[in-house]
Amino acid sequence: MDEVKVIEIKKSVFADNQQDADALRKELKTKGVFLLNLMSSPGSGKTTTLIRTLNLLKDKVRVAVMEADIDSDVDAVKIRRATGIPSIQLHTGGMCHLDAEMTRQGLDNLSLEETDLVILENVGNLVCPAEFDTGAVANAMILSVPEGDDKPLKYPLMFSVCDLVLINKTDVLPYFDFNPDKCREYIRMRNPKARVIPICARTGEGVEAFADWLLEQIHLWKH
Amino acid sequence: MHELGIVFYIIRDVKKAAEENGVEKVSAVVMNIGEVSTVIPDYLGDCWRWAADKEPLLKGCQLKILPVPAVSYCGDCGKEFGTVAHGKTCPHCGSVNTWLLRGNEVEIKEIEVPAD
Ligand SMILES: Nc1nc2c(ncn2[C@@H]2O[C@H](COP(=O)(O)OP(=O)(O)OP(=O)(O)O)[C@@H](O)[C@H]2O)c(=O)[nH]1
Ligand SMILES: [Mg+2]
Ligand SMILES: [Zn+2]
Repeated sequence: MDEVKVIEIKKSVFADNQQDADALRKELKTKGVFLLNLMSSPGSGKTTTLIRTLNLLKDKVRVAVMEADIDSDVDAVKIRRATGIPSIQLHTGGMCHLDAEMTRQGLDNLSLEETDLVILENVGNLVCPAEFDTGAVANAMILSVPEGDDKPLKYPLMFSVCDLVLINKTDVLPYFDFNPDKCREYIRMRNPKARVIPICARTGEGVEAFADWLLEQIHLWKH
Repeated sequence: MHELGIVFYIIRDVKKAAEENGVEKVSAVVMNIGEVSTVIPDYLGDCWRWAADKEPLLKGCQLKILPVPAVSYCGDCGKEFGTVAHGKTCPHCGSVNTWLLRGNEVEIKEIEVPAD
């Protein structure tokens, strides 16, 4: 065997992203922009919830949306049509998550000076987005009733990084064995600090509580 | 898919380390991969081969994976236990006031370069 020389590195592969993310948050603080990273499984209702929420918020704060998708712009177009809010599409180039660098590139396309709130709809996936700090000020996730109340047990990391968990599609509760109390208990096991809000994006029920939470967070961030 | 993103991070870090050390060829990258890191070593290896061979610095470079078993600590009885076997609940006292000590690593331990 050939002789080799060993160079010690001992460094987490997430370290640089963490630095980028922290730097981005600092910059957002200076500019007074609140960035929310919204995560969930595919189809749990991110876009539907956003449309409802944006229509409640758009007269109160200046909002913009970034839609991350592996390779389409369906959601960005939907948001623009339904709310009139500036919405841009970020392509992740086949990757299953966004990192801080990609998030920054997206933000460069928005006029941050005229924006209070940016919502990032992350790629639909409960594993990877939780690993990569995007530089967002807060993380939120949607768990929808058909996915099951045991998801906090199966995807602990996702639940542990979220400040807010929205339980969506409460209209279909009668058809599933989803137990909201159990679910809250599992979420608490993973993350005692997470706020939990049940919503139904289809009817709009509970969405106001989410909008109020956002307004409060924006206020805290700016002051 | 997740693994590909991580491979891009590894490549970026190794390139940086190579530059800092004036290295032109890397023959192996040694990784510590935790048992509960969500990284699947096989996928990581496949993604690595595909992406690394596109880089002159890393063409043919081996990815060596050292698994790190996951161990949790119980805040109530002070004992340690295997995370994969017992999850969040301490097998010694039944408490859920437990946290991960190690097993979450996705870490570049070292790189090997041909000796001159
Ligand atoms: N019954 C019911 N259906 C809902 C609700 N919210 C969303 N949906 C439906 O669920 C489907 C997926 O909703 P989207 O808003 O596109 O979900 P998404 O998370 O943005 O999906 P991806 O971007 O593909 O990951 C659509 O058919 C919605 O109409 C709800 O509260 N109740
Ligand atoms: Mg969507
Ligand atoms: Zn114990």
